Order: sequence, then C-alpha cells, then structure tokens
Amino acid sequence: MESRNFARLRPIGGQLRMKFHSFEIILPVDKKIIPWERYSQQQVTAGVCSMSQKVFEPGIAAGRLEAEAYAVQFSDLHPPLDQHEALVAADRCYFCYDAPCITACPTDIDIPLFIRQIATGTPDAAAKTILSQNILGGMCARVCPTEQLCEQACVREAAEGKPVKIGELQRFATDHLQEQGKHPFERADSTGKRVAVVGAGPAGLSCAHRLAMLGHDVVVHDARPKPGGLNEYGIATYKTPNGFAQAEVDWLMQIGGITLQTGSALGAQMTIEDLKADFDAVFLGMGLGGVNALGAEGEDKTGVLDAVDFISDLRQAEDVAQVPIGRDVVVIGGGMTAIDAAVQAKLLGALNVTLVYRRGRDRMNASVFEQDLASSKGVRIVNHAVPVAVHGNGAVREIEFEYVDGEMNGTGQMLRLAADQVFKAIGQTLQGDALPALEGRKIKVDSTGRTSVDGIWAGGDCASGGDDLTVTAVAEGRDAAMDIHMALVG
Amino acid sequence: MADLRSEFVGIKSPNPFWLASAPPTDKEYNVRRAFEAGWGGVVWKTLGIDPAVVNVNGPRYGAIYGADRRLLGLNNIELITDRPLAVNLQEIKSVKRDYPDRAMVVSLMVPCEEEPWKYILPLVEETGADGVELNFGCPHGMSERGMGAAVGQVPEYIEMVTRWVKASTRMPVIVKLTPNIADIRKPAEAAMRGGADAVSLINTINSITSVDLDLFAPEPTIDGKGAHGGYCGPAVKPIALNMVAEIARDPELSHMPISGIGGVTTWRDAAEFMALGAGNVQVCTAVMTYGFKIVQEMISGLSEYLDEKAMTSVDQLVRRAVPNVTDWNQLNLNYVAKAKINEDLCISCGRCYAACEDTSHQAIAMSEDRVFSVIDDECVACNLCVNVCPVEDCITMEAMTPGTVDPRTGKVVEQEYANWTTHPNNPAAAAAE
Ligand SMILES: Cc1cc2nc3c(=O)[nH]c(=O)nc-3n(C[C@H](O)[C@H](O)[C@H](O)COP(=O)(O)OP(=O)(O)OC[C@H]3O[C@@H](n4cnc5c(N)ncnc54)[C@H](O)[C@@H]3O)c2cc1C
Ligand SMILES: Cc1cc2nc3c(=O)[nH]c(=O)nc-3n(C[C@H](O)[C@H](O)[C@H](O)COP(=O)(O)O)c2cc1C
Ligand code: SF4
Ligand code: SF4
Ligand code: SF4
Repeated sequence: MESRNFARLRPIGGQLRMKFHSFEIILPVDKKIIPWERYSQQQVTAGVCSMSQKVFEPGIAAGRLEAEAYAVQFSDLHPPLDQHEALVAADRCYFCYDAPCITACPTDIDIPLFIRQIATGTPDAAAKTILSQNILGGMCARVCPTEQLCEQACVREAAEGKPVKIGELQRFATDHLQEQGKHPFERADSTGKRVAVVGAGPAGLSCAHRLAMLGHDVVVHDARPKPGGLNEYGIATYKTPNGFAQAEVDWLMQIGGITLQTGSALGAQMTIEDLKADFDAVFLGMGLGGVNALGAEGEDKTGVLDAVDFISDLRQAEDVAQVPIGRDVVVIGGGMTAIDAAVQAKLLGALNVTLVYRRGRDRMNASVFEQDLASSKGVRIVNHAVPVAVHGNGAVREIEFEYVDGEMNGTGQMLRLAADQVFKAIGQTLQGDALPALEGRKIKVDSTGRTSVDGIWAGGDCASGGDDLTVTAVAEGRDAAMDIHMALVG
Repeated sequence: MADLRSEFVGIKSPNPFWLASAPPTDKEYNVRRAFEAGWGGVVWKTLGIDPAVVNVNGPRYGAIYGADRRLLGLNNIELITDRPLAVNLQEIKSVKRDYPDRAMVVSLMVPCEEEPWKYILPLVEETGADGVELNFGCPHGMSERGMGAAVGQVPEYIEMVTRWVKASTRMPVIVKLTPNIADIRKPAEAAMRGGADAVSLINTINSITSVDLDLFAPEPTIDGKGAHGGYCGPAVKPIALNMVAEIARDPELSHMPISGIGGVTTWRDAAEFMALGAGNVQVCTAVMTYGFKIVQEMISGLSEYLDEKAMTSVDQLVRRAVPNVTDWNQLNLNYVAKAKINEDLCISCGRCYAACEDTSHQAIAMSEDRVFSVIDDECVACNLCVNVCPVEDCITMEAMTPGTVDPRTGKVVEQEYANWTTHPNNPAAAAAE
C-alpha cells in the first residue's frame, strides 16, 4: 500500500492544524459559502426580490408579482418531514405517562404511541392510531394551532422550549398511509339505519365516517358544489396546497356507505322536517354561513368585502396570479380569518397590508404563532382601533378608525388608512330557520351533541361550546356519531 | 495544568490515550493523522504471518443505536490486517522514526506454535516499536483457525505463548484478553505466570447485533448469511469496567499493569477506567464514530478534572476507586436513602411514575395537575426513577440521617455499619453464632 507523507494528509476534524515552532494554529477548511443563485433564491422566498412594477399600481389588480413568484409564495408553510427528519423528531418523544399532549388534543390522539410507531419504522400503524381518533388527522396535522394545543402541553416545551413536532409527525404518518391510497378501516355489517348529515365540513365528515363505519347508511347534504367545508373554502392556501382537502375527502369516502349530495341546502332543497321524516337521525354540521357587519358608515362601497369570500375565491382560483388584490389592503378583525386574509393579501403582492383589531394583541383569537407569521410576511398589526367610516367615491379610498381604550370607549383619536380593498373578518354567524334551540348565537348541545330536538344532533362551528377549530369540529362530529349509534342500536 | 504524560510498562507517551489495535491503526496514513491529532500512542492493527488474511467483501459492521441514531454498540467481522507483513513493518518503522515521543505497540497474532513467534518478533523489534500486544481476543474468524480467542479462552495456552514470546524478545509484552470467558482473572493469571508485563482488556464480545427481517439473516449480512461478530463501543463499557476492576482488586493480580479498553468515548470514560485500575486506555469505536479529533476533548477534559481534584499526574488517579470496589455482602445495610424530586427541574413527563407504579414500589404520587412526589413510606431507594428521568439531577437519592426514623420500616436509621454477613436473616450468620 502507498505511504503518504505528512504534507498530503487530509485535515483532521475539518480543521487544518499547522505547527510553528512552539505554537500551533488551527485553520478552518471548507468554509461553507452559499452560492449566489441559492442566496438570491432565498431572498425571493422571503418576499424581497419578488416585486414587479405592478406592485406600485394603485387600485385592485391581478398579477402584481412575477409569474414564477406565486408558486414560491403559496407553497407549503411547513414542508413535510422526510424520513430522516421524522426519525430525528420522533426520537425526542419521552413516551410520557398519561401524556399531557393527549389531554391537550381535542380528539385525544394517543400521541406517544403513534410517535413510537413512527420511531420503530411503522408509519402506517402510526397513521391508524391517529385516524382511529381523528379521521381528518391529515388535515388537522396541517391546520391545528399546535402551539396552543398538543405542542404547548408537550413536556419538552417545558424542558427546552422546543416541543416534539407532533403536528409534523402526524402529517408524516397520515401522508404515508394516504399517499398509498390505503383506507385502514372497514365498514361493519349494515344496521339498516339511515342518518342524514347536513354539511360536509370537518364536523359532518367526521360524523358521517364514524356512522358509516358502524354500519349505518349516511346521506350527507352540502349546499356548496364541493365537500370539505372550510377545509376546502376557508383554510389558508399555504396550509393545504395541492388539492389535499379533496384528496382527503375522497380517501375518507372509501369507507363506503356514505352518499354525498352537493348543492343540496337545508332550507332550500329540504327542511328539517323532511329529514326527520326520512331518516332515523339527523346531524347538523353546517358551520357558520353568515358574516357579521361592520356597522361603519360607507360599508357598502365597492372594494369592501367579506374576508371569507376573498379567501374562498383564492382557494378556488385555478391560477392565484389571476386573483386581483389591492395595493393598499386593510383587514379588520383579530382571528384566524383576519390573519389568513392579511397574509394572503401580502402574498399576492399587496404593497401595504394593515390588520386592525379593536382590542389588544393578547385578546386576539389568532395565536401568537399566527400573529408572528403575519408580521414576518410584512403585515402591520394595529390594535385598539374601531372602524367608523369608509371613505371614497363609489369605491373605497380610505378607511377611518377611532382608537379605543381597554373598555372599548372612544378616545377621539383618529387614524386614516389608505385602502383600495377592505376585508371584513369580524366573525361569522349561524344561518338558518326552524333550527333547534340556540344558546347565544349557536345551536345548544350537550356533551354528546344532542340538541333540544329529539333525533337531532349538532356539532362543529354551528354548535355551542368548542373553539371553532377544525379539530374540535372533528371531535364533536365523532362523539355525536357515537351517541347516535348508541341511540339507534344501543 | 496537570501533567498528562504517561508511562506504561516503561513505554512513554505524552498522554494516556492510545488507539486500540483496529482499523484506525491499520496503516501509516491513519496513524500519522492520529498522531497529528494528538493521540499519545497506538497499538498497530494485528499483524500475522503472510499470506495475509482476506476480509469479506461485503459489510463488516453492524450497529445498535440510541436516541438520535447515536451509535451505542458496534459489531464487526473484520479479521487481522489483510495487508502484507512487510508493508506494515516498513510503515511502522517510518512512523516511529517521525514520532519518537509516541507509543508504538504492535499487535500480533500467529499460529499457536513457537516457530512463527520466533520468526515475527525480531522483525517487529527491528522497526523500533516500543512493545508488542498479543491478540488473544479476536472472537470471530481467527478463532475458528485456532488463534485469537481460541487461545485466550484456554489459560494454559495463554501462559505457554506468553512464555515463548518473552523468551524471544526484549520488548515489553502486553497480553490482550478476551471477555468471552466466565472469570477474567483466570486468563490474567495465566498471562502473569507466562511473564507478561501487562494485560489489556477487553477485546470484543461475541454478538449478533440485529436480524434482517426480510432476509431472515443476521446482520451484517453477506449474501444472505451472517456470522457472529465482536461487540464494542459505549454499550460494552460496563462489562469492561467490571473486568478491569476484577483484576485490579484481586490480591494476586493487583500489581499487574492494565491497559483499559472497551467503550472509552470521552475523558470521563477514560478517567473511570483509570480510577478502577487501568494505567492507560485504548480507544477504537469512538474514533471510528467521530474521528481522531475527539482526543482534544479527552486531553482537555482529563487535565481539567485532574486540576480540580488537585492531582498533578495521571498516576495519582490510577486505582483511586479500587479500594471501594467490594462484594455485595460487604455493603452497609444500615444505610437508608430516599428518592427526592426537584419540582423546579421536573418537566412532568411521568416516566418516574410509570416506572415506580407499574414495575416497582408504588412510591411516587401524581397529583391532578401532574406534580410528582416521592412517598417516603414506600420508597426503597432502588434508583429506578433516577435512571428513567430524562432530566439530569432532577431526582436525587438523599441519605437519611442516622437517628431519624425510616417511615417505610418504622425503624430508626442506625449509625453503625452492618452488612449481610451479620444480618439476622442470613442463615449463615445465625449458624456462626
Ligand atoms: C378563514 C378561516 C381560516 C381558518 N383556519 C383555521 C386553521 O388554520 N386551523 C383550524 O383549526 N381552524 C381554522 N378555521 C376554523 C375551521 O375551519 C372551522 O372551525 C371548521 O371548519 C368548522 O367545521 P364545521 O364542519 O363545523 O363547519 P364548516 O367547515 O364551516 O363546514 C360547514 C359545511 O356546511 C355547509 N352548509 C352550510 N349551510 C348549509 C345548509 N344550509 N345546507 C347544507 N349545507 C350547508 C357548508 O357549505 C360547509 O361545507 C378557519 C376558519 C376560517 C373561516
Ligand atoms: C473493526 C474492528 C476491528 C478490530 N480488529 C482488532 C484487531 O485486529 N486486533 C485486536 O486486538 N483488536 C481488534 N479490535 C478490537 C478493538 O481493539 C477493541 O479491543 C474493541 O473494539 C473494544 O474497544 P472499543 O469499545 O473502544 O471499540 C477490533 C475492533 C473493531 C471494531
Ligand atoms: S408530551 Fe411531548 S414528549 Fe411527552 S408523550 Fe407527548 S409528545 Fe412525547
Ligand atoms: S427509588 Fe425506587 S422505590 Fe423509590 S421512588 Fe424511585 S423507583 Fe420508587
Ligand atoms: S421522570 Fe423526572 S421529569 Fe419526569 S415526572 Fe418524574 S421527576 Fe419529573
């Protein structure tokens, strides 16, 4: 074998050590320099170089960005973990006793078990653990505010301020299974019972799947042309890109026994009485269809829109570059909808996006993570201000706010913001007549989803209690299904 | 700064960290770089008689991992050097000439007859090497041919070969022991009778690290089959430490210098081996995992530790723990401790609870809001909770003050030392009365 002399030895531990008489110096070798192409690409992603001349164009216009920037802007917020990342992340789980993360999950997913199943190389088993509690585990993995739920409770959040990546691991497992098109559950023998579900959102789908699995025949009615509810029409584009919502519904339907009727609205195509007469039980999961009004002067000017409509148009757009957006956009509200509208307006190339909320940051419904996301995208957040007038000649030009104190009393201090577009995101409301008794502005239910009317259950955003989250809707739909099952066959 | 210079059986090295005979020491290129990185010495990869052995041309290693794929145990089916004797000898000579201050020991394994030893020893002496190590440990491949562990498992052979070697060379002779035996003192005594200057231990342990569940074959798998290999790395350290201690505390063997091997990965591991009686340590798996650079941490760590303990040389550390290694029946049964949970450090994972509740003494209480505390009435101080807690020093073992009452037994904690030999439950103790 060849013998080499010292001069040609390779450096030790990435360092080159050189001796000079009595002392030694260590020279770093292979110092990593990011190539320019990659550096500049990173700047595009950060939204720095993505401007075209259209950015400065006043009014409402489509195509404010360079064509290639859109794909980057609306790509996955958290790219999926690859196999290696998943194993490293799974390794961090302590397999806690009576784990606090499980308690924090509205659907009680056995988190330590599914993470252990990932760590031991059985992601499909992990997916089954997840899906047996939460049939929309794939969507929840993408949209849950984990920083307020499981990951907040994770003991490694207490230990190091870095929770186990529960959401991303959940996605890893559910994607692994769903990408193979496998459906892990089988439908029980038919019970001959028929159940009507109103609304194909998370609550309705979860309820329908569980009932179908238990052997009941389910008919799901949804007013919209596509199923999925806000999974399809509401959730931010960058949380669920690439048609995931529809793919998940198709996958879920593989259980069999579910008939989906889209374009079929309660109140238009049928009444509650019809459903009661035709079915053994009814589940209402129609969410919140109405939108609250601002109550500000000039609210009817063009350019003043409901944030949910803007978001839904964006989700349904064939090509996001064709979605028009103002140069100066103002969003009013402090919840997830407001943040999503503001962030997506910015991603579409709006020059100035201001989110105005009537109370302090701590009172905003949007999580700190969501607020930070908005800030990082360049959204300015203004607190303690209420809209008083929308100015403009037919179309909105400016919107005027008054600053309010902690008790919501006017201070007389005014703020005027230039606006070509104003998005209202101050809450959605329940719509419909002849519904079971309400509690506040929602359908009153007990812990198993029973309403004031015998044979009618409700869950999700339209029902009282709950947090207006996808995951709580799933939990309530599932629990109502179990109670319906008990009532029908128990 | 403490002086890390070491002298082992008369062989001087700038520090007590040597590389064990293995791939890291299989050629000049490696050994030069090891010396540049700061290693105090090497035991050259085991030489044999030409024609050189051949290795498998497929995977040689298997491994087991801890969290984050940290390598905990390595298994190998490699043989002794597969390069011609002359090449190795020439390289040894050239490196030794350039690094006269480093220890250069040459590992040897030749057939169990006197002639081959007589042949090879003068050749090694001619390189200027400082000593030889007799590889009586390799547990695979070579042992099937009547060498390595096949010799190391029969004390008479060890004694015989050691005697031959001593008779044929003036170099110090280190006998490397296999752990694949019942009582490590027997081969060590044999080496001593044969005239060995020192023993080194351990070589690798017979092992199968894993089974390929698609091929239904042990790993590493060569064309669908696997053979047992030799196990090493952090996982074997406890076994090696015990064997070193067994020799160090044996009255007959206590003067025998020991080179400690087996799982040494950090300065702390090295210090532990030395405290239990090793004069120096040898490292293999740790450098195969992290590269030669780890010696920098070992050097800085050991000197800082010696400084803290006001020790000025490594010799002052050697054997420091040996007097405290004893037999179970000498342990003080009047010593009583209780586990104590530090609530400020606790992250409420509940592992201690699961361990104690499911498998031990039901001595940990868990409140509604996940505060964990030890129930002194039940705690037997077994230490399991300490071992499973993910937060270091969160659970500690606190000794009870003599004179206080142990709430578990209702008995006063005695000041006096009392062990099993005099315990009333011991039938032998009763008979002695
Ligand atoms: C913009 C936006 C972003 C959000 N982001 C998140 C997020 O990131 N994470 C999160 O956890 N939650 C988020 N949410 C909340 C979450 O989407 C809802 O809590 C969840 O979708 C509620 O599910 P649901 O099934 O009760 O109602 P919906 O999802 O609203 O579904 C109701 C379904 O009923 C149908 N329907 C309504 N009326 C009728 C009728 N009369 N007849 C027949 N069908 C009818 C609708 O077409 C719809 O398909 C967001 C909400 C919005 C608006
Ligand atoms: C790949 C490999 C090859 C080895 N070859 C030899 C050898 O030729 N001669 C020998 O005495 N020991 C050999 N060993 C054993 C090591 O020298 C050492 O005793 C053992 O690995 C334990 O130390 P460690 O835990 O630091 O690795 C080998 C070990 C490995 C991993
Ligand atoms: S709390 Fe965190 S570490 Fe504990 S089981 Fe849940 S995910 Fe794992
Ligand atoms: S020391 Fe043993 S008995 Fe005591 S609390 Fe810990 S695990 Fe339980
Ligand atoms: S194992 Fe440690 S950190 Fe976990 S609950 Fe027990 S004391 Fe607390």
